[in-house]
Formats: sequence, structure tokens, C-alpha cells
Amino acid sequence: MKAFSQLYQTLDQTTSTNAKVAAMAAYFNNATAEDAAWAVYFLSGRRLKRLIGASLLRRWLAECSDLPEWLVEDCYANVGDLAETIALLIAKPSESENSMTLAEQVTALQALSGETEDLQKSIITTWWQTQDYSTCFIVNKLLTGGLRVGVSQLLLARAVAQHADLPRTVILHRLMGEWTPDTSFWHALISEDDGSADISRPYPFCLASPLEDEADALGSIEDWIAEWKWDGIRAQLIHRDQQLFIWSRGEELITKKFPDITDAIGALPDGMVLDGEILPWNNEGVLPFSELQRRIGRKTVGKKLLSEVPCVFVAYDCMEHNGQDIRQQPLYQRRAVLTELLSAYTNDLHLSKPVNARSWQQLAELRGESRQRLVEGLMLKHRNAAFHTGRKRGQYWKWKVEPYTVDAVLLYAQAGHGKRSNLYTDYTFGVWQNDTLVPIAKAYSGLTNKEITTLDKWIRKNTVEKFGPVRSVVTEQVFELAFEGINASSRHKSGIAVRFPRIARWRQDLSPEDADTLAQIQQLITTKDN
Amino acid sequence: MAATATNNPLLQATNRGLECTAGGFTIDPYQSTRISVITHAHADHARRVAEVYYAAKSSVALLKKRLGDDIDIRGVEFGQPFQLGDTSVSLHPAGHVLGSAQVRVEHNGEVWVFTGDFKRDPDPSCEAFELVPCDTFITEATFALPVYQWQPGSDVAAEIWQWWQSMRAADRPAILFCYALGKAQRVLSELTQYTDLPVYLHGAVTPLTDIYRQAGVSMLPTCAVDIKDKRKCYNGELIIAPPGASGSRWVQRFPKAGTGFCSGWMRVRGNRRRRGYDRGFVLSDHADWNGLLRTIEETGARQVLTTHGQAGALIRLLKERGIDARELTTRYNADGESDVSDAV
Ligand SMILES: [Zn+2]
Ligand SMILES: [Zn+2]
Repeated sequence: MKAFSQLYQTLDQTTSTNAKVAAMAAYFNNATAEDAAWAVYFLSGRRLKRLIGASLLRRWLAECSDLPEWLVEDCYANVGDLAETIALLIAKPSESENSMTLAEQVTALQALSGETEDLQKSIITTWWQTQDYSTCFIVNKLLTGGLRVGVSQLLLARAVAQHADLPRTVILHRLMGEWTPDTSFWHALISEDDGSADISRPYPFCLASPLEDEADALGSIEDWIAEWKWDGIRAQLIHRDQQLFIWSRGEELITKKFPDITDAIGALPDGMVLDGEILPWNNEGVLPFSELQRRIGRKTVGKKLLSEVPCVFVAYDCMEHNGQDIRQQPLYQRRAVLTELLSAYTNDLHLSKPVNARSWQQLAELRGESRQRLVEGLMLKHRNAAFHTGRKRGQYWKWKVEPYTVDAVLLYAQAGHGKRSNLYTDYTFGVWQNDTLVPIAKAYSGLTNKEITTLDKWIRKNTVEKFGPVRSVVTEQVFELAFEGINASSRHKSGIAVRFPRIARWRQDLSPEDADTLAQIQQLITTKDN
Repeated sequence: MAATATNNPLLQATNRGLECTAGGFTIDPYQSTRISVITHAHADHARRVAEVYYAAKSSVALLKKRLGDDIDIRGVEFGQPFQLGDTSVSLHPAGHVLGSAQVRVEHNGEVWVFTGDFKRDPDPSCEAFELVPCDTFITEATFALPVYQWQPGSDVAAEIWQWWQSMRAADRPAILFCYALGKAQRVLSELTQYTDLPVYLHGAVTPLTDIYRQAGVSMLPTCAVDIKDKRKCYNGELIIAPPGASGSRWVQRFPKAGTGFCSGWMRVRGNRRRRGYDRGFVLSDHADWNGLLRTIEETGARQVLTTHGQAGALIRLLKERGIDARELTTRYNADGESDVSDAV
């Protein structure tokens, strides 16, 4: 555990991405396959099933620390994190007596499941009392399922790639989908040839950058393929060995949530992977995103909801055809394959059709129709582009109709005025600058009443500090903010001021690491000034 | 003289400060007054609003530096009672910063003590805290939750030294943000156990450090950062600066620097992350939770009043233990350590 908790501390303390990669690579160099597998599991944001309820842990904490329960609650409210509160109140300042490895510790945790409460309590409280601060903290984080390391999948892949001396893209692909963190997984992850043929494994998504310059700076429009930028769930549809899998961009397997899609496409050829968007779509056409949210929220979908919010898959691209990875082929060829594949389908599997225009000017006019069409704008893809991994500038652009939107993290909340004075409705949001979230905007509007109530409850539970009417909260919730303009400003800590910010959407599918960076936003200003 | 104030509290929080009617003086006043007693030279306690200042002898130079050379100030020896109005007043070391004092006020056999800011932990840069038994104890309560527990300052200094060495190895400057009065000098003094390398100081830290040196506090050698000297290279050097400098132009002079922050608030990870420093060192010049409880108990006070911060939990716990406790509303805050509210 010591090596892993030291790794965590190093990652927590440094703002340099190179240092993070180096620290992880160094960990993998010294770790056993067992430990490395679990480390990858946790570093990639996966978590253990929660074994013990938080209120039970708080009660044990009160007994163990010899403090009244209300005082433990006060501490927890102040710190905002149970694992940390426990470590702060109980852990020993000196060296740990616990010498379990990461894998042993996880096994010990999992063995607690099904034991009597008394036994669970005695084992856990003994851990608390015999561990140094950082080990105690990590064990509690594993226990409560809340370990957030703050490294992206890309950084993790870089570190594993560095350790294994393999290309980063190979590691990224192998990290996708569902896997069990054991020694064979680790060996497969770092092995020369990929022996494991996991038929459900998706490809890393290809991401676009926001278009900041004028579109005509991209050169001849002939070289580009434009498509509508649909507002749904980006997804990958996999058909291999007669089985269908649908993955969301958040790497969640969502096959079961969309029977209307899976039923319709069983006849597609085998050995095929498509990239696309799940959209709510009835006879009249596409429905607003809020309708889709009704579907996302459910584990299983009833008949009524299926008929009210039918969903379709709009295909953008084809990455695998006849079992062959065709990601390196130029886009126009992949599109030909895709068009051919889908020609038999009319209803539930749509082709994302090119938006044809003879000039950039004409395309800009079409883009003006985005709002009526319930799309976010246009995608511009170079005819010869490969399906690359992650975000790579130059070949894929999103040309949103909204001039500016960013994904930002909720930092502070304040009670509203008038009839909303008993609810936290005024929010301050931040984006990343190195490893810090800097406030960039306050916003008051954009959420539904139901969302406001939910968020209000969450805020009260996750307050870190109170100063006057303002609460700082655990940095966990991501929101898409929209605004009309961005100017440089010396009055603001962030160096920017935004005009008319509002909440476009609560992005519960994103984690704080996915939020935008200040540098990305600052780029929007510089191009504006030119 | 009749004991007119028997039913009035001996010390009262008014809009002037902590006022003593029987003695005709105000402790740490924030509005104009004639006679004042000053606990220590931090800005929330020492303001230029009085005609006469009583303070510990060892804080006179600091107070003159902060309030002006021309103030009418009377340096008092620790433990030596003096008469103000109908009261007998004495000052006792608070262990917070150089010359920091608790104020003991006695009137008609009743004893009140105001701690100002205090800590119990050993600190080589100032006089050690002295326990003063009393009937009513007015205590600071900046860190009044059990999660706030301090390691010895020398252990924290070892962590700072380690960090400094790692920055030397990486050939980068190490900027340590510390409150300019007290914390900076404590760090400079603690670090003498590990090294005799010189430390660079931000302009706001230098004059206060000079005063500590004149008072005989042993510290690492220091030199001033010369921002205008473009050729000077600070790689591997430790630079001490006040927290206020962290968002300023000054700090841009050191683009490669690693940053650390010394404060009791750094005990909680959320605070560490929100402040955006690379490293948080948990070093405070205030009493931690155990220090508060232990001190309150040892004074034997029947009544406890708190200043600084949200002491709700402390007060509730004391009440459960049968001690009459309540919060006093004052304008004192926890020096540089209280700036947790720099929201936007
Ligand atoms: Zn102070
Ligand atoms: Zn103070």
C-alpha cells in the first residue's frame, strides 16, 4: 500500500503532466503484475462496489475517535470527504504497521462483503488505527468507492506505454471496455501482440476541436465533409460474433438501455464497429435532448417510455468492417463503406448525411439553421482524415452555433433571492489551470426546478466550507456553460470575463477531469481579438 | 471607589474593540480610543487608532514598524502588573509570534484573560506560551474542530527542507508562501536544524525578519529578492513571500518555480487544492483543537468566550461538559490564515 499511497500523493501534489506520467511509470516499473493491474483499475477511475454505508462508517468513527457523533458530523461537513475525515481524526502520524500490498488490501476489502457487521467493524477500525495518514486515507477511499486521482485516461496510457515500450494508442485501445484487474489482464495490457480478443472492446473515440478561426481558413470546401453536430449520446455500436454492444463515450455499456436500436439492427453484418449518436427520434424527426435524458436515467426501459421517446442511432463513421480495423483509411473511403452498409436501413439506423454546400458562405448560412434543426452546429471533417485517437487538431472540427460553450466544475454556491432564498441557486464555476480550478463565471439560470432541488440537496451534503452565505463544495459536478462572449479582464483572477453566462446542461456524464482548461478558453479570446 | 461594574462583564466586545470600562482601556481596538493594550502586531489586532499603546516590550519594534515610529507606546515586561483605572493588568506570553501577549485583567478579585492569538507548540522564534489561571477565559478559536491537529514545527520544517532539496535537484526555484510576520521567521528559525543555506525574501518579509534578528532570534541567513535584476538566477533557491504575492506580477518573475504554502488550513485537502499551490505545509501559529481544549481546561475558567472563526462545535462541547461558553463577536480574524474566503 505504501508505494500506491505515495504514488497518489505525488499525483496529488504535482501540477506537471510529465511528472505525473513519470511517477506512474516508476510505479509500474516496481509493481507486481497484481498490484499494477489494480493500480490501472483505480487510476482509470474505476471503483470497487461500495461495501459499507457512509452513515455506519461515521458511527464507527465516532466510537473510535471518542468524539460525540454530532462532532464527527461537524468535522465531516467541514472537510467534505469522509475518507479524509477519518484519516484526519484517527490515523497515526508515524509509520504504518500495515504492510499489505495494494492487491492484498483490495482482497481484504472484498472479503469483508458478507461478513457480520461486528467483524467488519473490528477489521476496518483496526486498519484505521494502525495506518499512517496517507495509507489510511487511500484505504478509506477504496472502501467508500471515491478514489479520484485526477489523471486522464491519456496520461495513464502514456505511463503504461512508457513502461511497456508500446505505442500509446495500443494501450488506450486495450484500456477500453470492461476488464478484470488481474495478472492476466496486466500481462495482456503490456504484451507485444494483443492476444486477448475481447469482442466487446470499443475503439478510443475520435474527438474534434472547436473551430476558432473563420471556416474559410480551412482551405477549399471540396476537401471537407460537413455533417450536423447532433445533440445526443455519442456512442459506438459493435457487432461481433453475432453479439451487439453499445458503448457510450463515458465508456459505459448501454446496450440494454436501447432495445429499440438493438432490435432493429440484428441483421447487420458481423465484424463491424460504427461511431455515431443516439438520438430521440419520432415520426416528426429529432426530439430535444431533455427527452433523451428521460431514457438515460432508467436502468430498464418500459413500453410507455419506448413509445414516447423512441431512439435511433445516427451513424457517423465505420471503424471496423468485415473484422478489419479500417481506422487508417481516409474518411471518404470509410464513408463509402458506411453508406453501403446502411443502404438497407431506413428507420432506426440512420446515416449522418453530408451537409452539402458549394461555398463556406453557403455552409455558414446552413449552419444558421442549427437551432431550428435542434442540432448544435456543424462538424467539419477532412476527406482524408484517419479515425484518430482522442483529440488531435487539424482534421476534425466542431463548428458550433453557440459561440461559446465550456464544461466547467461547480465550485461555490450561494442562496438565491426572493422565493428561492432557501435554495442554493447562484453558482460559481471553474475550469482547470494546471491542477487548480479557477473560477470563470457565475450563473443563475438554465436548470429545471427539479435539477435545482437535486443540486441544492447535493450542495448541502457536499459543502467543504461556509463563508457567510457562500458555500464551497466538493469539486465534482460538471456543467456545460454557454455564453455570448469572452473578453480579457484584469479584474478577474482567471484573466477573462464572460458575457451572459448560463447553464446549458448538467453534465452528469462527465467527471471534473473532463472540464475545460483556462488555456482553451483563453484561445477563444485571442482569436476574437485578431 | 465603589465597585460599580460588578454586574457588567469586565471585558466587553463593543464596536470599539474588547473594552474594559473599569480599567478605561480597550484591548486590540478597531476604532479610535484613548488607551489601548495590544496583544500582538498582526493587522487584525494592531491598528493605529489609540492615543496610548501598552504592549509587551518585545513587540514594540514590530508595532512601530507596522503603526509608525511616532506612536506613544509603553513597552511592558511580561508578568509585571500595572494599574489601569480600577484594574490591575499584566501581559503573559501567548507563544503566537514574537512579543505576542495574553492580557490578564484583575478587578475586585475577578480575573479575566484574553489570549489574543496563541499556540502551545514549541516555536524557536518567540516566547513560549504561559498558562494563566482565570475566572473568564476569552480564547481565540481559529481551528476549533478536531480535524485540526498539528505535528511539531520541527517535523514540518523537515518536510519543507525535503521539498526544498527536491527543488534544488530539479533546478527550480521554491517559493514558500508564509504570513510575513511570525510564520516566515518561524520557518527561517526551524530550518537552521537542517541547513545553513541562505534564503531569499520578498520585500514585505525583510524588515520584519530584521527585527526578529535584532531580538536575538537565530535564523538562516537571508537576502532580498531583487526583481529588477534580470540576470539573477533563483534555481534551487528557497524564496519566502507573503500569500498576497502569489497572484501578483512579482511571482511571474519565477515562471519555473514550485510553490508551497504554510498554514494550518493546509491540513484539509480541499483547502490545499483550492489554493492551487503545489505543496501545503501544515504549520500554524494558532492553537490546534487539542491545544484549545487543554488550555481551556488548565485555566480553570468557569466561563469561556471565543473569538476568531466558527466555534460552534467547541462551544457545544464545552457546554456539554458543564462550562458556560459562548461566542463573542469581534473583528479579529486569523491573520493571514483566515483568507479562506477569497471566493472569486
Ligand atoms: Zn495573530
Ligand atoms: Zn488574530
